[in-house]
Amino acid sequence: MAEQSLLEAIREGLHEEMARDPAVYMLGEDVALGGPFGVTAGLAEAFGTQRVVNTPISEGAVMGLAIGAAAVGLRPVIEIMFIDFITLAMDQLVNHAAKLHYMSGGQLKIPLTVRVQCGISGNMGAQHSQSLEAWLAHVPGLKVVTPSCPADAKGLIKAAIRDDNPVVFIEHRGLYWARGEAAGAGAAVTPIGEAAVLREGEHITIATFGRQVAAALEAAAELAPQGISAEVIDLRSLQPLDMDTLVESVRKTGRLLVVHEAVSEGGIGAEIAMRVQQAAFYDLDGPILRLAAPFSPIPASSALDRFFVPGKAEILRAVRGAFRRQGAGG
Amino acid sequence: MPEAALHRELLARMWLNRAFEEKVSELYASRVITGLLHLAIGQEAVAVGACSHLRTDDWVLGGHRSHGHAVAKGADVKRLMAEIAGRATGYCGGKGGSMHLVAMDAGFVTATGVVGGQIPLALGAAFAAKEGGRQQVAVVFFGDGAGQSGAFHESLNIASLWRLPLVFVCENNGYAEFTPLSAHTLVERLARHAETYGMPAHTLDGNDLLAVHDAMGKAVSQARAGKGPVFVECLTHRMRGHYEGDPAKYRELSQLAEWKEKDPIARFARMIETRSGLTAAEHGAIEADARARIEDAAQFAIASPWPDADEADTQVSAGHG
Repeated sequence: MAEQSLLEAIREGLHEEMARDPAVYMLGEDVALGGPFGVTAGLAEAFGTQRVVNTPISEGAVMGLAIGAAAVGLRPVIEIMFIDFITLAMDQLVNHAAKLHYMSGGQLKIPLTVRVQCGISGNMGAQHSQSLEAWLAHVPGLKVVTPSCPADAKGLIKAAIRDDNPVVFIEHRGLYWARGEAAGAGAAVTPIGEAAVLREGEHITIATFGRQVAAALEAAAELAPQGISAEVIDLRSLQPLDMDTLVESVRKTGRLLVVHEAVSEGGIGAEIAMRVQQAAFYDLDGPILRLAAPFSPIPASSALDRFFVPGKAEILRAVRGAFRRQGAGG
Repeated sequence: MPEAALHRELLARMWLNRAFEEKVSELYASRVITGLLHLAIGQEAVAVGACSHLRTDDWVLGGHRSHGHAVAKGADVKRLMAEIAGRATGYCGGKGGSMHLVAMDAGFVTATGVVGGQIPLALGAAFAAKEGGRQQVAVVFFGDGAGQSGAFHESLNIASLWRLPLVFVCENNGYAEFTPLSAHTLVERLARHAETYGMPAHTLDGNDLLAVHDAMGKAVSQARAGKGPVFVECLTHRMRGHYEGDPAKYRELSQLAEWKEKDPIARFARMIETRSGLTAAEHGAIEADARARIEDAAQFAIASPWPDADEADTQVSAGHG
């Protein structure tokens, strides 16, 4: 099987969409130079600096520019270098991009893709490591997606660009160089709003996204010989959430563990727990569990920041703990 | 258009704006219209002078005080009035309201209730216009209160750097909400900021319709010719409070009297009496015609149905197509 990195898959998706539709433009700091991680490398050479546009460090104005251009017919892709800096563009994203279709009674469409990069890696500290997806998922009118593997990265970036709404496409920095099966040239679009069941199981559902997907799969493999059959769901789309897939899974397994790298409180995990208990309360065999980063800013030191990344060991501990308490399973 | 006819046309457009705002005020007082309203009575020369150079496919964006910009851009006054009254027949089906008017059939892209928020959006309209290659331009209206925002400064820089076909129209009415501009900045001529960013900039009497008309003519031509953005600062005055219901105790009565002397409509009418032979009867007919059109718009809004309750949470996202 052909392999590629997640970063290469995003780049391939961007390239294919720019080739397919002349209304697609790339805007952001250093994007014509490839950006800090090389995601957009080669695009300026292929499509020219008129369509792959370096911008000043003015996140708010550049976000507004992309929204305004989208409102009158372009299909911009804007890169915010770190999700932490989306704070500088929140007025434009939340008060304008998310609401203009609604406020205009449907006269305006905002086909905008916002690429952001998130997560803890490289000991970058509190202002370059956050996972802010829940803020964005809380805003009616925004869609939020995040891939965990190259094939979905390509499929979802294409879906985001083709969508007539603002879509925030979150890339986990720690996954950029993770390799996986390549989607292949001209591969299908991954529909927004559909989770993927990556491993089927009987005893517990582990719902997660981004970097924690690999950890969940590793944990599930380790639990199987011990008699705990875990189902692993990659949410892929955080707004809208694929509640059908989640609820169906929990009805089968009776247990749910949600894992994310964002801080614990007010996150996607809380939303999922609320909605799953509402839909499947009498199918639950135990409390819904959440594994997340501590509710704290993220420290810079490598001795500290590792405690903020839920990994295989933490997932194993949480799952085993659930069954011990319940006196069931493994 | 011959000058005499143009003058009458411009006077009629100012009256349409004035009559629109006065009717909104009246309907607000009688509770037909509710919400947060910001009227631009006294600032008509800016909207009319600026928009008189624009094609339907040019883009205009405005802020919280933008009824007049939409009217001047040629939006249907019935659908505007119905929108401000929250009716189903409004441009946005009642979902936008006074501060968020959109009239795409007239090239009025959007107004926004966030001070300064429209300025970055206008960069995008200008960017798309430039890429479209049809000599379209974008015009963005904002007040002096927006001039201390980051959005304003970031946008001046980018527009200038990329030579976007964009005209910045600053309506400097001297008050940011309740506070005089002098309490917010030492730079009370906002055009100076544009010069800093390398953009041609002009400050002029915004209650002098022909001054605005002439300056905007040159600015729009420059933008349309691909020569980059222009900044036009119009010194003006709002005759009402910041919002309807604002008692505006922060202003001196003498100040208001002084500005009434400078009423852009009365001034322009006096000027064209001598220059273009406008008679009192003609002027009366122009005003009456504007008021009749606006009365029709008001009756249309009042007679229009409310939006269906099940419309409340539709159009959150656009369907694919």
